[in-house]
Amino acid sequence: MRIWLPVTVLLLWVFTGLAAPWLPLEPNAIDLERILASPLSTGGMGYDDLGRNMLDRLIAGSTTSFLVAFWVVGLSASVGTLIGSFAGYIGGFWDRLLVQVINLFLAFPGILLAIALAGILGPGIENVVLALTVVGWVGYARLARAQVLSLRSREHVMAAVALGVPRARIVRYHLLPLISAPLIVEATFGVASVVVAEAGLSFLGLGVQPPEASWGSMIRDGTRYLLVAPHMVLVPGLAMVLVVLAVNLLGDRLRDRLDVRTGGAGSEG
Amino acid sequence: MAIFLLLLRRIASTAGVVLGVAILVFLLIHLIPGDPVDVMLGESAQPADREALRQALGLDQPILTQLAAYLQGVVTLDLGQSLHSQQPITALLAERIPATLELAVVALGFTLLLAVPLGLVAAAHRDTLWDQGAMTFSLLGVSIPNFWMGPLLILVFALWLGWFPVSGRDGAGAVVLPALTLGTSLAAILARMIRSSVLEVLGEDYIRTAYAKGLSRRRVLLRHALPNALLPVITVLGLQLGTLLAGAVITETVFSWPGIGLLTIEAIQSRDYPVVQACVLLIALTYVIVNSLTDLLYAVIDPRIRVGG
Repeated sequence: MRIWLPVTVLLLWVFTGLAAPWLPLEPNAIDLERILASPLSTGGMGYDDLGRNMLDRLIAGSTTSFLVAFWVVGLSASVGTLIGSFAGYIGGFWDRLLVQVINLFLAFPGILLAIALAGILGPGIENVVLALTVVGWVGYARLARAQVLSLRSREHVMAAVALGVPRARIVRYHLLPLISAPLIVEATFGVASVVVAEAGLSFLGLGVQPPEASWGSMIRDGTRYLLVAPHMVLVPGLAMVLVVLAVNLLGDRLRDRLDVRTGGAGSEG
Repeated sequence: MAIFLLLLRRIASTAGVVLGVAILVFLLIHLIPGDPVDVMLGESAQPADREALRQALGLDQPILTQLAAYLQGVVTLDLGQSLHSQQPITALLAERIPATLELAVVALGFTLLLAVPLGLVAAAHRDTLWDQGAMTFSLLGVSIPNFWMGPLLILVFALWLGWFPVSGRDGAGAVVLPALTLGTSLAAILARMIRSSVLEVLGEDYIRTAYAKGLSRRRVLLRHALPNALLPVITVLGLQLGTLLAGAVITETVFSWPGIGLLTIEAIQSRDYPVVQACVLLIALTYVIVNSLTDLLYAVIDPRIRVGG
């Protein structure tokens, strides 16, 4: 697979995700004449059950998925890396505590905990970010801890300790640069699973609220009109799968390039 | 003796996680922003109703008393009542468990039926079109979420072809589409694992010996390579079975399959928090226990694990 294809898809996603507020879109405008109109009769991507333009909603939905992915991966990767690397380096009580917390979080399958959290916190994009971050940091913490454990007795770290370099500085300058490759790969696959998780929560009605657009809630709306307007499910789903595929392909490529051995592409939904 | 010690250690650590899970689930209800009673009844509720609900939930007690009462309820299988239907929660759960079990078993069957041949063929014909085809399927399966796969299967096999019902659990065919939805996504992961595991085994000396004895390629693959390659796969399969038994929340919702997962979503929608708590607890406990059993099973099957214990 040539790399420019997934890269193009991702650039398009990032661009529409960021630029949507400034594009002349009318994702919530209702055209009663065109309710459930298919792409074949109207051009573009067709219209949904309320007569809203699917292409505009698709682009508005890309903003939702991009923002959620950006914040969740950014927050959980930085928090997880920080906690994991410090616990791994300091060891002792805090490390044992972290391992217990990690085991506890891993006791919940898939996005169940995020579903429960989002369900209890109530709908809204901030709560989606919160729920997915609370669940997401654990993976990065586990990875960062394992990496730091394998590096902490390296000679250059010992030398820094002997020179009296403060702990925070050792972690920041002598450990983090060495453990960044597997974390970057993990974060790349993380984008794919967050996109799926956001859409999944919105599909369950636990994500953004109507009339705001999310690919997940668009698919949910479409399931009621599968026979008369299959495009309502096909269009947002295809967009989402393209992004997820592109991220997974890029992640595979990155993993080979950075020579990292970790688990494969994982997404549950 | 070693296996006995391993068993004890496993049970102790599982018990610890179980207790932690129960406490975490208990704390969930205290995460509700503001007053949980307000959230459940709405701002306009009568003060008397609020007080009654507060008492029914035990929210007027100190938090440690609440926790003790909750843990006692978990141990004695008395999880309280549904706010919505007033039924005992244990009965609600018991009603839904058979559906989740049925779906899990059929989905696991589909997973194995798809993943074992795909993984084996891909490994046996490494770097050929077969391999590429199997791995493309795997990549697609991993990238297509169940809440899109489900509606697609419904569209083709239920609406266009009319082979299976659209949703629900009436009739023998109803389980096919939800199980296929779960099966393809799990098989995608499993096929990849089986492929790399078989490839690793094919490089071993005893495989060369088997060929040297003059055994057919087919016999070497099926009798010598596959059983050994499947050992490391058991762990993944255990995780997947855990996920399935835990109730596939999204897939059950897509197909209105009346299992534990759908109950969870229904309870979230009707703000029936005690039921949400009970469902999440049941799901997590099932998952933890299945995973611990998998570890043990692995140790029983493969004596090499026990040594490191």
